[in-house]
Amino acid sequence: MCSGRVDLAFVLRAFLNGMDGVFIGGCRLNECNYVTHGNYRALNMVLLCKRIMEHIGLNPERLSIEFMTSGEGIRFAQLMNMFGKKIKGLGPLGKAEGISENELKSKLEEVRKLIPYIKIVEREKLESRLENEEEYEGYFTREEIESLFREVPSYYIDPEKCQACMICLRKCPAEAVIGGKNLIHVIDQDKCIKCGTCFESCPPRFAAVKKITGEPAPPPIPEEQRTIVRKSKKTSKRTSAA
Amino acid sequence: MEFPDPYNQEISNNKAVHIYFSQAVPLITYIDESCLYLKEKKCAICESVCQNEAIDLKQEPEKMEIKVGAIVLSPGFEPFDPRVKEEYGYGKLQNVVTSLDYERLLCSTGPYEGEILRASDKKHPHKIAWIQCVGSRRVTHGDNSYCSAVCCTYTQKQVILTKDHNADAECTVFHNDIRSYGKDFETYYQRAEQLPGTRFIRSYVSIVGEDPETKNVIVRYATAQEGVKEEDFDLVVLSVGLNPPADYKSLAEKFGIELDSHGFCKTNPVNPIETSRPGIFASGAFQGPVDIPESVFSASGAGSQCGELLAYRRGKLAKERVYEPEKDLSGEEPRVGVFVCHCGANIGRVVDVPSTVEYALGLPNVVYAQEQLFSCATNSAKEITDMIKEKGLNRVVVAACSPRTLEPLFWDTLREAGINQYFLEMANIREHCSWVHSLEKEEATLKAKDIIRMAVARARHLEPLQEIDLPVNKAALIVGGGIAGMTCALSIAKQGHEVHLVEKNPELGGMARRIHYTLEGLDVQSYLGDLVAKVYQHPSIHVYTDATITEATGYVGNFVTKVESGTRVAEIKHGVAIIAAGAREYKPTEYLYGEDDRVMTHLELEEHIAKSDEKVTKAKSLVMIQCVGCRNEDRNYCSRICCTLAVKNALKLKEINPEMDIYILFRDMRTYGFREDYYREASNKDVKFIRYEPDDKPGVEAAEREGHPVLRVSVSDNILGQKLAIDADIIALAAAVIPPEANKEISQLFKVTLGPDDFFKEAHVKLRPVEFAAEGVYLCGMAHYPKHIPEAINQAYGAAGRALTLLSHDIVTVSGSVCEVEEKRCMGCGACISVCAYSAIEFRETRQGRKAVVNPVICKGDGLCNAMCPTGAISLKHYTDEEIISQIDAAAEEEIPQKMEAAVGDI
Repeated sequence: MCSGRVDLAFVLRAFLNGMDGVFIGGCRLNECNYVTHGNYRALNMVLLCKRIMEHIGLNPERLSIEFMTSGEGIRFAQLMNMFGKKIKGLGPLGKAEGISENELKSKLEEVRKLIPYIKIVEREKLESRLENEEEYEGYFTREEIESLFREVPSYYIDPEKCQACMICLRKCPAEAVIGGKNLIHVIDQDKCIKCGTCFESCPPRFAAVKKITGEPAPPPIPEEQRTIVRKSKKTSKRTSAA
Repeated sequence: MEFPDPYNQEISNNKAVHIYFSQAVPLITYIDESCLYLKEKKCAICESVCQNEAIDLKQEPEKMEIKVGAIVLSPGFEPFDPRVKEEYGYGKLQNVVTSLDYERLLCSTGPYEGEILRASDKKHPHKIAWIQCVGSRRVTHGDNSYCSAVCCTYTQKQVILTKDHNADAECTVFHNDIRSYGKDFETYYQRAEQLPGTRFIRSYVSIVGEDPETKNVIVRYATAQEGVKEEDFDLVVLSVGLNPPADYKSLAEKFGIELDSHGFCKTNPVNPIETSRPGIFASGAFQGPVDIPESVFSASGAGSQCGELLAYRRGKLAKERVYEPEKDLSGEEPRVGVFVCHCGANIGRVVDVPSTVEYALGLPNVVYAQEQLFSCATNSAKEITDMIKEKGLNRVVVAACSPRTLEPLFWDTLREAGINQYFLEMANIREHCSWVHSLEKEEATLKAKDIIRMAVARARHLEPLQEIDLPVNKAALIVGGGIAGMTCALSIAKQGHEVHLVEKNPELGGMARRIHYTLEGLDVQSYLGDLVAKVYQHPSIHVYTDATITEATGYVGNFVTKVESGTRVAEIKHGVAIIAAGAREYKPTEYLYGEDDRVMTHLELEEHIAKSDEKVTKAKSLVMIQCVGCRNEDRNYCSRICCTLAVKNALKLKEINPEMDIYILFRDMRTYGFREDYYREASNKDVKFIRYEPDDKPGVEAAEREGHPVLRVSVSDNILGQKLAIDADIIALAAAVIPPEANKEISQLFKVTLGPDDFFKEAHVKLRPVEFAAEGVYLCGMAHYPKHIPEAINQAYGAAGRALTLLSHDIVTVSGSVCEVEEKRCMGCGACISVCAYSAIEFRETRQGRKAVVNPVICKGDGLCNAMCPTGAISLKHYTDEEIISQIDAAAEEEIPQKMEAAVGDI
C-alpha cells in the first residue's frame, strides 16, 4: 500500500469523527522505489482537500502531508511534535472556526456524499504528476472549488419520457435507480453518486434522464403511478397520464 | 553480577546471562564466559530458577563432522586497535574513543540507551572531533598501508547522527582525502559538510594530551591559512580502519588457502570470490576492506558459485514445509485473540503491558488476550498457534513491533494453526510507541491501547486471501553483453538455465573493449577474449548482437521480451531479467578537448599506450586532470574509478618512459582499498600530485616553449601557495563515467527505477544492491554505478545468485493483497487504468458496457486505483475502505483532547 492509497474519504471520515488534525506521511517525492510515484496523488488529494476545507469554513492547516524516508526518524518526530503543537494551538475542530457541531457534521456529510462527483470532476488534476513541488502553488483554486460545489448536478428521470427500458437501472453503479419492467424508473437521490452513467446511457430517442444544476431535482412520482400499461405497439398509454 | 559488555565495546556492563544484541539471530539468551559457574564452579542460581529447565551448565563443546561440497569464508574484518599506536592516547585518555565505541554510544540499544555521554564526567560532549585514517594509509610500523575504504563515509554518518542527537553539537572532522567514491556518497558528504556547526579540516593531527581539569582532549593540527594550532575537544573519535580478521593465519592454514600481503584473502582478479583453493570461496571484507553493498554483491555471488558446483544436487536436502489444511471460517463471527509482546524490556519497560491485555479483553469480538515476553521467540509463536486452536481464534492481533520485519513469521504462525495468514494484524507498539515515548510511560500505555484498539477494529474486517502460484519460466534474459552481463550469463547457464544475452553493439565486450590492463596487471583483452569465447561456446547461452529491445511485457517468472537483432526478430520468454547495460565515457567540453588532439580522455590515452604511440610514450611532460564532467552541478557524483585509472596510466607510462614528468591534478585522490598502495608507488616514482579546488580549476591553453608547441596548464598549488604553470605535451582528462542514454527506455520497458543520476536504482542501496523493487528483475555492473572490473564481476555473480533463487523454484507466489473490481459498481470511467503504473488493469466489454478488470499477477497492491475510483468499485484487498475506515473510527473512540496532550512532547 502506497501513500497514494489515502482516500479523500479517509480524511473526511477523520474530521467527521471529530479529529482535530490529520497528518499524512509519504515517501520523499521523486524517490519512489517503484515506478508509481503515488505520493504525488496523495499530495494532489491533500491540496484539493485543503481547498474543500476552506470552502466549508475549516482551517486547512488541520490537514498536513509531509514526505520523508524511513531513515529520518528524528525529522518525523519533529514534524509530529510541530503538527501536534499547531493543532493544539488551533483549538478544537469547528469550535475554533465558529461552526457549531451540527453544522460542521452536516457540511462534512454533504461533502462526503459528493466524493464520487468530486473525484470525477477533478480526475485529471488528481492523477497528474507535476515536475516539482513549487508548481503546486495554487494548483486548486478557490474559484474552482466554489464552482465545483455550485455546479453539483442532480439527475432526474422525466416520468413522461421514461420507457422503463431498464438500461440505466442495470448500469447504475450505485444501484440508485428504482424501477422495473413496465415501471417508470426513478432515482433515489440519497443513493445517487452523480456519476451521470444514467444520463449517458439513456437512449437518445427517449432522452428521459435530465441533468439539473442549480436547483434540486423534482420529487419522484408516487409509487402507485409508475406502472406503464402497454395496450398496443402504436398507442401505448400510461395509466398515470389517464 | 555484571561484567563489561563486549557488544557495547565494554563501555557498559551486562550479566553473564544475556541476549547478545537486540537484533541477534537467534534472539535468545545465552551464557558467556564471564559466568561464575564456568569460571569458578560457583553460583548456578540460574539453573534452579529456570522453570523450563533450559539451562545446562555442564554442557560440553561438541565436535561435528559435516560433509559439504563447497565452503564460503566470510569471517569479516577486525577493527584496527589504536592501542598499538600510543600517540593516540586510546585507553589512557578517557575521552578518546574509537569510531566503533562511538557507534555504540549513538545507538538506542547502546551503553547509555542512545545518549552520547563521555567517559570522564558522563556528560554530553559538545565539541567533538573525528580523526580520519587511524591505522590506515600509512607505512609506519603497526599501521596499514592501504585505505580502509569505509571510514570517510561512516564518519559523515556519525556527524549527521550526532547533529540529530544534538543540533548544537560542534563537529570537526580532520581528514586527508575525502573518499566519497560510493553510490550516493558524494551527496551524503555534502549533506554532512553543510550542516551548521560542522567543519571538515584537511590536516594531519596529533593528540597533545588532555586538560587535567576538564579532561578535554587537546588536538594539534595545521591549516594552510592559520598554520599550526591547538584546540580542545570534549571528545575525540578515532576513525579506525579495517584489519584482516583476527585469526587470519590459522584460518588460512585450516582451509589451505593463500593470503595476500595484508592478511586478507588472496583472490583471483577475474573472480574475486574464488580463493586459491577450488571449492572454497570468500565473500565480504575478507576480500579486502569493502562497504556493505560490495559485501552483499560477493555474498550473493559466492552463493551462485557454490550453485555452479552443486547445481546437480539442488533441492536434494530440502524438506517441504507441510501446514495444516486451512480451515474454512466463512460465516463465523470474528473471534479475535490479542498477544501483547514485552519485547524483553523494549516495550515492557515503558508500556504497562498487563493493563493493555486487560484493556484488549474488553474490546468487541476479543475472546482472548495474553502477554508474551518475546512474541517472535519459537516458544511464543507455538503458544499463539496453540491458543488459536484451543480458543478457536479466527483473527489474531500481535501487538509488538513493525510488521516490516516479523509479519512473515507471524503469517507462518497462523498457517501452522490452520488459518489463513491474512487474518493477522500487527499493532506496532514498539517503534510507534515505546521507543519514541520512553519518558512518558503513562501516555505511552494509553497510546498502546489506542493502537491495539485500532488493530482489533481492522482485524474484525480482515478477510482470507489466496496467494497466487505462478509457474516460473526457467530462462534468463540479460540486457548488456559487457563483462558483467557475460559473467552473469555464464554463472546462470552453468546452473542449467537457458540464457538470452542481448547486446546493442555488433560485438560483445562493452566498455572493457577499450581497457587493456588493470592496475593489478591483468591483461584485459586476453581475459575478455576468453570470456567472449566461453559465452559463445556455451550451448545454453543465446547471444543477440546489434540488438534492440522493442517490447517487454509480463511479470515475475513470466516475462516476454521482443528483441530485434539485425533482420531477426525474436520473442523471448523468460523468468528473470538482468539489467547489465553498462555505462559510457563523458565527452568533455572542457580543457580544449575536441579542439586539440593532444588533449584526450584516459580511455584514449590507454589506447595510445597500448598501441605504443610515440607521441604519448615519448612525451616529456604529461598532465592528468581529474574530475572532468562529474562532482559538479551537472553530475553530482564521483565516477569512482578515475583516480585509480590515472594512477594506473601514470605507472604504466613511468614503466615505459621513466623520464617522463607526470602531474596528476586532483581534488581528492580516491584510490580506496588496496589501490592506495599504487598511489603511493606512483608518488614514490615521482609522479607529482597537485590538489586543486573546484572553484579554482586548472586552466589549459596552447602555447610555445623554445619553439615547440606545448599545452600550458596553470594550477594553484595550495601547499606552496602559488600559481604553477606546467608545460605539457599531452593532457589526459579523467572524463566522468556517465549512464547510457538508453537507460530511460530500459527503465520504462522493465518498469524499474532510475536514480537521480540516471543510473539504475537498486531495491535497497545497502541490503539489496543487485535487485530491483520490481520482482524478477536484477542489476549488475556499471548500470548500477561506475565500478572497477573485479567489483563488476562480484556484482555479476551476485545478480546471478539472486536470479537463481527465483529460477530454481518451479513456482513463485505473489501476494494476495491485490486489487479487485466489483463489476456491478464499475462505471467504466477508466480512472483506475490511467493511474496504474503497471498496466495491471484493462477494460473488458460486458453487456453492461466496458468494465475494468485487474490482472492480479501484475498488480503490485499500491492501491492508487482504489483512491481514484469514484464509485468504490475497485478495492485493494487487505487494505479495503472498510478495513481502514474501521481503524479511523476506532481511533476516535477515545477522548481526543487528552490524547493530543499525550502526543505533543518535546524532543
